[in-house]
Amino acid sequence: MTMTIEKPVVSDDQAQSDTVQAHKSRMRRRRLVVHLAQLAVLVILLGGWQLFVGSDQTKIILYGVPSGIVGQLVTWVIDGTSIGPLWNQIFVTLEEALIGFFIGTTLGIVCGIALGRIRFLAEVFGPFIKVLNSIPRIVLGSVFVLAFGLGIESKILLVIVLVFFGVFFNAFQGVREVDRNFVANATILGASRWAVTRQVVLPSAFTWIIASLHVSFGFALIGAIVGEFLGGEQGLGQLIKQAQGTFNANGVWAAMVIMAIVALIAEYLIGKLEHRLLRWRPPQLSGPDL
Amino acid sequence: MSGVLPRLFETPLADLEPAIELRGVTKSFTTPSGSTYTALKDLDLRVAPGEFCAIVGPTGCGKSTTLTLVSGLEQPTTGTVEVHGEVVTEITPGVGFMFQTDAILPWKTVLDNVALGPRFRGTARSIAETAAKDWLRRVGLSGFEDRFPHQLSGGMRKRVALAQSLINEPAILLMDEPFSALDVQTRAIMSNELLQLWDLTRPAVIFVTHDLEEAIALADKVVVMTAGPGGTVKDTFEIDLPRPRVVQEIRFEPRFVDLYQQIWEALRSEVDIAYSQTTVAKERVA
Repeated sequence: MTMTIEKPVVSDDQAQSDTVQAHKSRMRRRRLVVHLAQLAVLVILLGGWQLFVGSDQTKIILYGVPSGIVGQLVTWVIDGTSIGPLWNQIFVTLEEALIGFFIGTTLGIVCGIALGRIRFLAEVFGPFIKVLNSIPRIVLGSVFVLAFGLGIESKILLVIVLVFFGVFFNAFQGVREVDRNFVANATILGASRWAVTRQVVLPSAFTWIIASLHVSFGFALIGAIVGEFLGGEQGLGQLIKQAQGTFNANGVWAAMVIMAIVALIAEYLIGKLEHRLLRWRPPQLSGPDL
Repeated sequence: MSGVLPRLFETPLADLEPAIELRGVTKSFTTPSGSTYTALKDLDLRVAPGEFCAIVGPTGCGKSTTLTLVSGLEQPTTGTVEVHGEVVTEITPGVGFMFQTDAILPWKTVLDNVALGPRFRGTARSIAETAAKDWLRRVGLSGFEDRFPHQLSGGMRKRVALAQSLINEPAILLMDEPFSALDVQTRAIMSNELLQLWDLTRPAVIFVTHDLEEAIALADKVVVMTAGPGGTVKDTFEIDLPRPRVVQEIRFEPRFVDLYQQIWEALRSEVDIAYSQTTVAKERVA
């Protein structure tokens, strides 16, 4: 009797581990198919581009060509660019973007939270911020180049201006979306206004702020490049400008490839930071990440 | 009343200086459309030290508003709110508040959440954490110190909230339908645990609920409020059921049924009024 009861239990276990195995291999196969599909898309796009341009010199000048872009990247890495070693250009652009990003983000968070928490400040500064936000800020790049010269400062300023508003509005909104019960509870437990800001409002608003960082870093890179474009001596923006000036479409594309790599690395790091800061959140609904 | 509060030498609760006293309290709010809404009107309420007072009333009668006034989160429009003889003008010291929805901080671990009160009051971290562990043990959550709230069940989160309030050893505990989100069984268990924990420090309690059974099972006194707007006290009933009580079983006692019938008599008409108001409002909207 015992035997007959035990036996199905064992085979049940076996069956379950079999289903788990089957599920795993199904998932693996699925992933493989997705990757193959991605590869196919890439091959069709780049191959199509390569075939379309071919060895037609006019088309190469107008559109660039994948093999030429790779060649350009190799030349830059080995022989350096017309304005100095490639690493220097990347370093300069990254320096501008990162310094501006940190200053802009910090300012955005501090101002957003201050205005969100202190009604008086919001009422006084609200209209100014709306006006500033409505002007096409990229134009300020020209102003900064004229005022602060071709060096790194004018680019950092442009980056700050571009990064600030996105972070600011998210931080401000984040403060206003804080659950009132959390604030009431902390207040009754004995928290001062400052303690509420630090321990309740800030962590709560971080969900919003982090979301804005992804977009803001993109703006930081754009700011640095456009700043260099508008007037500079070094950096990827200058590289692009030089390439454009010499009808070198491959050079423009190559610089863009470098920027894309930088942006992807930054995106990965911000994702890590997000995961670290928001680990208190329940796991999000799963689905394809973009 | 005998045996209810032995350490108070059998003094009738009504004769003590009240822990909480509301006199002629009216509270009006300005709605976004600019009109005023009167939540409470001429409310008088006294709660003695160590007394467990339950407030029942239909939806929208101002039960929760009463709690926010006692806690000092809001000020009355007219009338006075006194706690231990002091007029409430800011957050009342020595008060604990349990909210209807979860108000423990989701980005803090269970331990950090419970330690919040002492930490906000300037206690050193190590001392606060020792006290927090102690309270977690009392609410049966030892071993869950490092979890985040989303990893706990609803009942466990309520226990964290309870420990978080009680660690400050409040002389007054305000509870706004704290268990309404729980399933019936968990709710009964939590009610029992609440009574046991209440017995440890004996704060004065105002417990707001929709549930008359819950109110009678827990309280020394049940206050029935009239339907809002402009809710006020309709009637007060002393609950002379002996303690300690077992919440799940006390409802079968003849005296419980008796009290239930009396209080329901008072409550029913108010519920009817509140219900007809919502249906009229609905018709108007439609």
